[in-house]
Amino acid sequence: MKNLLIAAAVLALSAGASLAEPLRMGTEGAYPPYNFVNEKGEVDGFEIELGNELCKRIQAECTWVRNDWDSIIPNLVSGNYDTIMAGMNITDERRKSIAFSDAYTPPPPSAYVALTPDADVKGIVAAQTNTIQAGYVAESGATLVEFATGEEAIAAVRNGEADAVFADRDFLVPFERDSEDLVWVDGQDRVVVGEGLGIGMRQSDTELKARFDKAIADMKADGSLDALIVKWLGAEAKTFAGMAAEGGAATDAAAAPAAASN
Amino acid sequence: MFAMCADPKALEGLAWMLCYLTSGTHMLFYASFGTVLGLLAVTAPAALLLGFLGALAARSPVAPLRWIGRTYAAIVRGVPDVVFFLFVPIALDQGIEWLRSRVLCDPSVPVRQGNEFVVCAAAKMPLSTSPEWVHDLYGIALAVAAFAFVFGAFAANVLYGAMGAVPRAQLETAEAYGMTPRQIDRRILIPQMWTYALPGLSNLWMILIKATPLLFLLGVEDIVYWARELGGSKTTTYAYPHGDWRVWYFLALLVFYLGMTWISQRLIDRLAGRLSRGQATMAGEAMRKAGTTA
Repeated sequence: MKNLLIAAAVLALSAGASLAEPLRMGTEGAYPPYNFVNEKGEVDGFEIELGNELCKRIQAECTWVRNDWDSIIPNLVSGNYDTIMAGMNITDERRKSIAFSDAYTPPPPSAYVALTPDADVKGIVAAQTNTIQAGYVAESGATLVEFATGEEAIAAVRNGEADAVFADRDFLVPFERDSEDLVWVDGQDRVVVGEGLGIGMRQSDTELKARFDKAIADMKADGSLDALIVKWLGAEAKTFAGMAAEGGAATDAAAAPAAASN
Repeated sequence: MFAMCADPKALEGLAWMLCYLTSGTHMLFYASFGTVLGLLAVTAPAALLLGFLGALAARSPVAPLRWIGRTYAAIVRGVPDVVFFLFVPIALDQGIEWLRSRVLCDPSVPVRQGNEFVVCAAAKMPLSTSPEWVHDLYGIALAVAAFAFVFGAFAANVLYGAMGAVPRAQLETAEAYGMTPRQIDRRILIPQMWTYALPGLSNLWMILIKATPLLFLLGVEDIVYWARELGGSKTTTYAYPHGDWRVWYFLALLVFYLGMTWISQRLIDRLAGRLSRGQATMAGEAMRKAGTTA
């Protein structure tokens, strides 16, 4: 009886407060420029700005929740939060456990970074654990060493533990640009793995997925999504407009010249 | 924090460092020391209470109680801590949500759907509409429960052993005075057992202090998490770019933990002196002779 009263009170309150449904958005907070914790201690980055805009468009009230990358999918399916926006590529492997929205980035290129441009990408390669890059390295015949965060994988190259690190190119760009020691590995700075980043959701949340898909399609159509990509990932990053101009993703491949390394 | 910190890119040297060390993330880092100390302050008495109840149950003349007390200590001591730190909060959380869902939701909808654990919005614990601090507090409460459950079992074993170490002659004398078993426990057994229990309990306390990094397994952002997060190299995407400074952050933690254990040891020494003063035990006598009654 008491519980019923509480439930009734909660319903009355939530109905009265606002019509926007609360959504808890899970992210890692350690993957700049996609998602990171800024100097004010708040989550910030491409996915945070995009997520907030998408929430506005689907009329949800979003709060961000930080969670370790390792347990980010288990905590989604056990209901601790409702979505994942954490630089997560859409893959068939992950589709078995969770549902994805349509991709909100074109298939992102990955890249090898090392201390010398001629580093051996078949040697010891560092990657963040449970990423598609880690899977790619394991299949490439190299010795894979895994780390909890991408930043630690880069640190492993710097201290000689690994010959090279393999990660999303857009994640590596600021590290390569800022540092004097890290360089792209020749011919290995644009490797396409994955289908693009998507919002992870529970498979039972089909209605939520439909709303996010529509909002993403709208943002693609009006160019605001491309604007965010350019703002956070740089003018070099691949946009949806650019992809359409190329006539599909098929022409783009690992064969692109390594001219970007400097 | 300071007005001059508005534009971190323009800062240099000492001013940069001052602004860096007072940034929002650093404030969260400093606050996490409070979280850890607060957690210790709550967990230690909770674990001691649980251990005390466990020890009393293990000594109980009632067979089922005795079985519960001994099984509790045996199982927890036999399973790796990490397993319990992962198991207890998840089991508690899902147990609470399941119970709530039976009352607040349509009971015909199963909570397990494929690999998902789904309850209706009204049964969520805490509710999705709750402010963030409620979620944080709930997470910490689950963590305290897990710590108390694990450390309580060890404490139970220590206290059980300590109760067995009180000389039989003491209890027999009490019996001769006509005290009831309950009076003997309260007046003779429990006051005297602490001196035997203290070394074991102080070990547990030291281990508990150092076990706080396990908090991050449970999603509580503790000092080790922040040290790793802040110490990692930061690119120009961040307001305060810097290289790999993890060694300095971990050094600070090292000093903190050493300080904590050092202070603890001083306090434990004093407590040991206090407890054995006037005790008709070998331990008390030896301490008195060695002059460590402090």
